[in-house]
Amino acid sequence: MQLEQTSPQAGEPARHNRIHTRILPVSGWAALELGDLWRYRDLIVILITRDVKLRYKQTALGIVWVILQPLVAALIFAVIFGRYAKLPSAGVAYLPFVFAGMLPWNLFAGSLQRAGNSLISDSKLISKVYFPRMVIPVSSSIAVLVDFFVALVVMLVLLPIYAIPFSLNLLLLPFLLVLTLALAIGVSLFLSALNVYYRDFMYALPFLVQVWMYASPVVYSADLIPGALKGVFAINPMVGVIDGFRWALLSLGDFPALSLLISVVMSVVLFILGALVFQRVERNFADVI
Amino acid sequence: MPDVAIRVENLGKSYQITHSTRSGYKTLQEDLLRLLRQPFSRSASKRETFWALRDISFEVKDGEVLGIIGRNGAGKSTLLKILSRITKPTTGSADVYGRVGSLLEVGTGFHPELTGRENVYLNGAILGMSRREIERRFDEIVAFAEVEQFLDTPVKRYSSGMYTRLAFAVAAHLDPEILIVDEVLAVGDSKFQEKCLGKMSDVAHSGRTVLFVSHNMAAVQQLCSHGLVLEMGKTVFSGAAGEAIDYYLTSGAENIAMTDLSERRDRKGEGNLQFTAVEVCNAHGKPIQSILSGQDLLIRFQYHCNQPAARATINLAFNVYNIYGVLLTNLNTRDVDKMELPIGEVGYFECHWPHFNLRSGIYNCALFCEVNGRIEDWLQSAFQLHVEDGNFHGTGLLIGREQGDVLVDYDWAAQPDAQLAIQS
Repeated sequence: MQLEQTSPQAGEPARHNRIHTRILPVSGWAALELGDLWRYRDLIVILITRDVKLRYKQTALGIVWVILQPLVAALIFAVIFGRYAKLPSAGVAYLPFVFAGMLPWNLFAGSLQRAGNSLISDSKLISKVYFPRMVIPVSSSIAVLVDFFVALVVMLVLLPIYAIPFSLNLLLLPFLLVLTLALAIGVSLFLSALNVYYRDFMYALPFLVQVWMYASPVVYSADLIPGALKGVFAINPMVGVIDGFRWALLSLGDFPALSLLISVVMSVVLFILGALVFQRVERNFADVI
Repeated sequence: MPDVAIRVENLGKSYQITHSTRSGYKTLQEDLLRLLRQPFSRSASKRETFWALRDISFEVKDGEVLGIIGRNGAGKSTLLKILSRITKPTTGSADVYGRVGSLLEVGTGFHPELTGRENVYLNGAILGMSRREIERRFDEIVAFAEVEQFLDTPVKRYSSGMYTRLAFAVAAHLDPEILIVDEVLAVGDSKFQEKCLGKMSDVAHSGRTVLFVSHNMAAVQQLCSHGLVLEMGKTVFSGAAGEAIDYYLTSGAENIAMTDLSERRDRKGEGNLQFTAVEVCNAHGKPIQSILSGQDLLIRFQYHCNQPAARATINLAFNVYNIYGVLLTNLNTRDVDKMELPIGEVGYFECHWPHFNLRSGIYNCALFCEVNGRIEDWLQSAFQLHVEDGNFHGTGLLIGREQGDVLVDYDWAAQPDAQLAIQS
């Protein structure tokens, strides 16, 4: 019998410094382990690239959709709420006002929708290969950034058209972006994990996103909320985020220190909570999915 | 003294089987309703614990190639899934020393819309390769898969052969210290299978530790140094590969190798002689549950008869059909001139089938017996032959499964400077 040794192998595997993995039964809550996520960063990058490529493969207009969708939505809102309902927009033209709110909102909502179903659509991976499961919803969330940046460029074009000056407030944008993303990932982790166990979330998600949108000052100004309700309203972490975006892009009003602080605290809490819940349930994914 | 690569201690995995629900996942409504009805009990539906794997302990040394053998549902895949960290064990522990690459499926994560090139990166990353590693080995992978000119075509346009080749190529160029492989060889055309097997033996002979699950005894025979036989989630044998295969083929054979015919009512014939059982045995008369292509076989036909005779003219015959119901052959006493046989009250006839020449698969057999010109017993689907790939030609090479059912002894020669004389 011929055992061909065609290609000489790259030598003996190193005997020293070998990785030792201990496989044990686990139950209950475990401490957060985000180091694994970093070790698999190449996979995250490749999954993001896959998501982005897949979305625009075979679409003739490609990136035009990314521009058109939020722009048309903003126009509709501008006509309905700005022109007919005459909602106040804090002295700025309604279109840039709405668009500034939709920037973080679409990132948040898009991430929830994409990541919420991500584990189900990649169920084959989960049952056949090991990698930190968090990689999947996290990369789905981050992939939505592409849409965000395209929309941001549209926003930056809108500003001079509406004679709104660029200000130093813009420097806050990177921080706001990280905040939005952390919030989006935290909630997504929670939803995507539950979706594996209860497919109900697949149907509840669009509804949840819609309700959440009207509970956030996307199409209206936060000033519209009566004083007594403001405290309750601000628990919604998207309030601070949207206020922050409007302040940074449109230089609207005072720096929303309080609502932003609430957002930051809520994002951290939701992120840790989401990740903990995810870790708790992820070990059974392969058996359930 | 080589180091230990994998140590498994008392490993077990149980599943809760719920009898009431139709699907694996639950709906929120069901759980909420249950909570309302019985707020204090954890579960309303009847549950049963099923142990897919129980008290498994073994050790694999560096450079060992361990074949894991067992029937469907024996727990092989569960074991591999635990060792590759896809699922968690319920009891026990496993220590794995070294980087693990596991291949439980060919082409995991391949996306039809993406091009070959994109899929190589995607699949590589999923299997745990870094971007730089994939870049370094990219050309090798593509050359191995023989898809150079289609690299920028979406894989949905690939033929299934090309798809499999590319998928295997990525996996084959994974460079782990421990490789876990499940049945991937069962794909592709025979030429590619051979190439895969070659690649696998490269890996096996390069000092890496390999865990290999397969139904293909020929592949296990060729690749593995050690064997572990699982049965109903438990280890029933652990030792040298050859012995493990023997054990697997003969274990539990008393039940499976013997087909009980005594309860069969759907028979034709006078009934003075009736078959009660059929047993498939190896050359030493030991019952076996599966036949290896190429092995010597004894098939025994147990009967009882109310007209014993010291000498009768008997035409005993059985037909062998493939799974499509095509008659492959008929073995009988007439053609070999063995019709003059004695009959007792209870006894058996024995058919010797040397160098068994059917390929792996399941074959159905009909049984027939004529005594002194009268049909006594006739049974359709009397028994089955379960055949596994074996070393028929003595070459140790895999035998293609899609190349017909029957194997034939043959050899080749060449006359490079001669011509066939054409007769006019």
